[in-house]
Amino acid sequence: MTEHVVIVGGGTGGTVLANDLADRLEPELDAGDVRVTLVNDDSDHVYKPVWLYVPFGQREPDDGRRPLDDLVDDAVDLRIDRVSDIDTESQRLQFHGSAPSVGYDYLVLATGSTLEPDRIPGLTEGGHNYYSESGATDLRDELLEFTEGDLVLSVIGTPHMCPAAPLEFVFMADDWLRERGLREDVDITYTYPIQRVHGNPHIAEWARPIMEERDIQVETFFNAESVDPEAETVTSMEGTELDYDLLVTIPPHGGVDLIEEAGLGDGGWVDVDKHTLEAEAAEDVYALGDTADTGVPNAGSVAHYQAGVVGQRLASEIRGRPATATYDGKTLCFIETGMDAASFVEFDYENPPSPALPSEKLHWSKLAYNESYWLTARGLL
Amino acid sequence: MTDIEPDDTVDARGAACPGPLMDLIGRIRGAESGDVIRLLSDNNQSLTDVPEWAEEAGNELLAVEERDDHNAFYVEKA
Ligand SMILES: Cc1cc2nc3c(=O)[nH]c(=O)nc-3n(C[C@H](O)[C@H](O)[C@H](O)COP(=O)(O)OP(=O)(O)OC[C@H]3O[C@@H](n4cnc5c(N)ncnc54)[C@H](O)[C@@H]3O)c2cc1C
Repeated sequence: MTEHVVIVGGGTGGTVLANDLADRLEPELDAGDVRVTLVNDDSDHVYKPVWLYVPFGQREPDDGRRPLDDLVDDAVDLRIDRVSDIDTESQRLQFHGSAPSVGYDYLVLATGSTLEPDRIPGLTEGGHNYYSESGATDLRDELLEFTEGDLVLSVIGTPHMCPAAPLEFVFMADDWLRERGLREDVDITYTYPIQRVHGNPHIAEWARPIMEERDIQVETFFNAESVDPEAETVTSMEGTELDYDLLVTIPPHGGVDLIEEAGLGDGGWVDVDKHTLEAEAAEDVYALGDTADTGVPNAGSVAHYQAGVVGQRLASEIRGRPATATYDGKTLCFIETGMDAASFVEFDYENPPSPALPSEKLHWSKLAYNESYWLTARGLL
Repeated sequence: MTDIEPDDTVDARGAACPGPLMDLIGRIRGAESGDVIRLLSDNNQSLTDVPEWAEEAGNELLAVEERDDHNAFYVEKA
């Protein structure tokens, strides 16, 4: 009997896993004992970290897109479709439109994060973001015109993708405006929902003095409640009102609805065992990347490591052996601290981060990683 | 034990910091003025995070109940 592994989501985690399985299970795939299907709702694979550089004119959105067909091993069945329903009892998936449902023996959910700006009144009209392709190009056009006034970067809620990216944006904006001789005419304010500038206390402690040094104003305990695009103000649940001329936000994030509808977790995030990545509420279901609620950052590096763990576990299960691979919370992150310097952190469930001294070398390492990412997606790196 | 009847409960047991506080803030966002939200958290940081935020936001922390392996926080939305 053929065992069918279905992966939903062809972003970082899903693509790395599909290629990992193609490699790991080559004999079984060749013999027809196993089938691997990767379902994604876009024929392109999108590498989101490129969007950080788009507003500063350093990258184009197309630099972050490649056809999935070019990235995924031929042994994997690629299906461009959107999954609309998961039935974990009968182990079947339904698709949008009239396509017939598909059964699975093992299901891996790698559906990532969804932006939900409509949760904050006025945000869609008044705010900009670099967390989507169109958001990043719109923000680029605004930034090019922006020569004076209040630039506010507001982090609205957590979890969100890449917890370092809001810090990176203000550090880069500060440097970019300085280089262009405009910094004295621009006030930069950074807001964060809790009482420090980052969710992780070690990263917050490292970042706060840099912000002070660079004259970046900070508003903590600021949970944006509404935006008034006419008056150009953003008001928090805590009662603080900020004027802005350019508002950049990290919009509220959610998972995908079908996860909640399938009873796999609240808010579209799958409740998983944080070591095995197995769904708590169903058999033979795994989740990885942003969608897996493990408490670690929503980062591509996390999705990458988790894909290796799920790949090993699935191969063991398919071969009838006990699955022993576990995820230890490993996270890697380069943090841009300007236009030509970056820091780096590495941590896991046990060991907290300790940010490296920013350097030009680390900045080039981040850019080099971005270029070699396509090898990561292919499963080569 | 308190006899406060919460309108809603957020179970953030098992979540790492700042998860529990963010879960509470998220729930308060959607609540009506006067609603009482109960937060269950086994993260010790919540013992300082939750009172600090409640004060900052003008919401009232009605009670903190110590249970065997977690704490229950009762917060009334202003
Ligand atoms: C501006 C920015 C900068 C970032 N920088 C970094 C960085 O420097 N380092 C880092 O490690 N991470 C970074 N990240 C985070 C990183 O991009 C994400 O954490 C990562 O992409 C998560 O991978 P994933 O596989 O979980 O989800 P994704 O890569 O988002 O993939 C999810 C896929 O699932 C598809 N999908 C969703 N629902 C369905 C459905 N119902 N049916 C079919 N397909 C579906 C989506 O279309 C998508 O292709 C950044 C993110 C942003 C926005």
